[in-house]
Amino acid sequence: MNCPDIYTDYMHDYLDEEITPDNETKLREHLLICADCQSHFQELKKTIALVQSTSHIQAPVNFTSAVMARLPNEKKQVGLKRWFRRHPMVTAASLFLTLMVGSLITGWNEDQEFSVSKNPNLIIENNTVIVPEGKTVNGDIVVKNGDLKIEGQVDGNVTVINGDINGEKYLASAGQVTGEIEEINQLFDWLWYHMKKITKDTVNIVK
Amino acid sequence: MEALVKKRILQVLKGDQDAYGEIVELYKDKVYQISYRMLGNRHEAEDIAQEAFIRAFINIHSFNIDLKFSTWLFRIATNLCIDRIRKKKPDYYLDAEVAGTDGLNMYSQIPSKTDMPEKEIESLELEETIQSEILKLPEKYRTVIVLKYIEELSLIEISKILNLPIGTVKTRIHRGREALRKQLRHV
Repeated sequence: MNCPDIYTDYMHDYLDEEITPDNETKLREHLLICADCQSHFQELKKTIALVQSTSHIQAPVNFTSAVMARLPNEKKQVGLKRWFRRHPMVTAASLFLTLMVGSLITGWNEDQEFSVSKNPNLIIENNTVIVPEGKTVNGDIVVKNGDLKIEGQVDGNVTVINGDINGEKYLASAGQVTGEIEEINQLFDWLWYHMKKITKDTVNIVK
Repeated sequence: MEALVKKRILQVLKGDQDAYGEIVELYKDKVYQISYRMLGNRHEAEDIAQEAFIRAFINIHSFNIDLKFSTWLFRIATNLCIDRIRKKKPDYYLDAEVAGTDGLNMYSQIPSKTDMPEKEIESLELEETIQSEILKLPEKYRTVIVLKYIEELSLIEISKILNLPIGTVKTRIHRGREALRKQLRHV
């Protein structure tokens, strides 16, 4: 093969699809007259065809899981986020509960002032609310951060938050309170009371 | 596909490993194929391909999101293959070629249980011949031939993967083709 190297270069340019039209013409003309170069060119094309004929192989099964198992541990935070994303109902419910309980607890801590439902028949001495003897209080009584002494009669429910009901012991015999009596001194009771109240209010609105 | 990959990469950057699983699924065959054609051994190829994905994951923060992910990933894989070829340990695998037997491996010592049709054997033999001829190429030619003709990548992409000027890539492909031509001429 005594052809100039330039023809081999043209062949490779051709195979790279980067040959200029001029050079391609030159190559084609040369191949017509040169058997050696022609077989060289055929061999190159065959080589490429052979290499490309090798079947495409696939990664072994479980390849991905094997890689994932070898990765360094992910941040816990992300795992948590993903869990929330996958369980939207639980997330919503727990978020609601957290906010709810949170606001109620704040309410418990902030409401340290003495207060009582207004009623003309009630007497207030320091932090003690007295239902005087012989008098009847119509309506519910709610006492916050104070005690309640029942000597008379209450026509309604009695709720004491953070305090004692002194008249309670006479209750069974005297029957001075017609409604429910409730004493709330614990955080949990406070929450429970609120839940009940909200439910009751909701039911009333619905009614 | 690139857009999807980018989305997944951003998730991975936030620390979401599951998103990376999808990336592995998308590219596992290509990465494994590069490794297998470069190393000629399934066991080693799997090892290197896994390693490539793990390295990519660990270094994902250094990946420039504006570039093509596959280019970056293939670069990691080819570099690992080249490293492995250069310091090839005398490991013994059943499917490694036995020296001086011209393409035979240890599996050929184990009698086959099934009778294969003549044609299938022929095509398998041809494929083995081609594979072993590719493996005989010096590693710098082998890499470009695998990327060009098995992964079917463009010259520009190959030059990016190998971080070489396009002229060098061309020269190597030309030489690789000539070397393979001499080896495969009589097949």
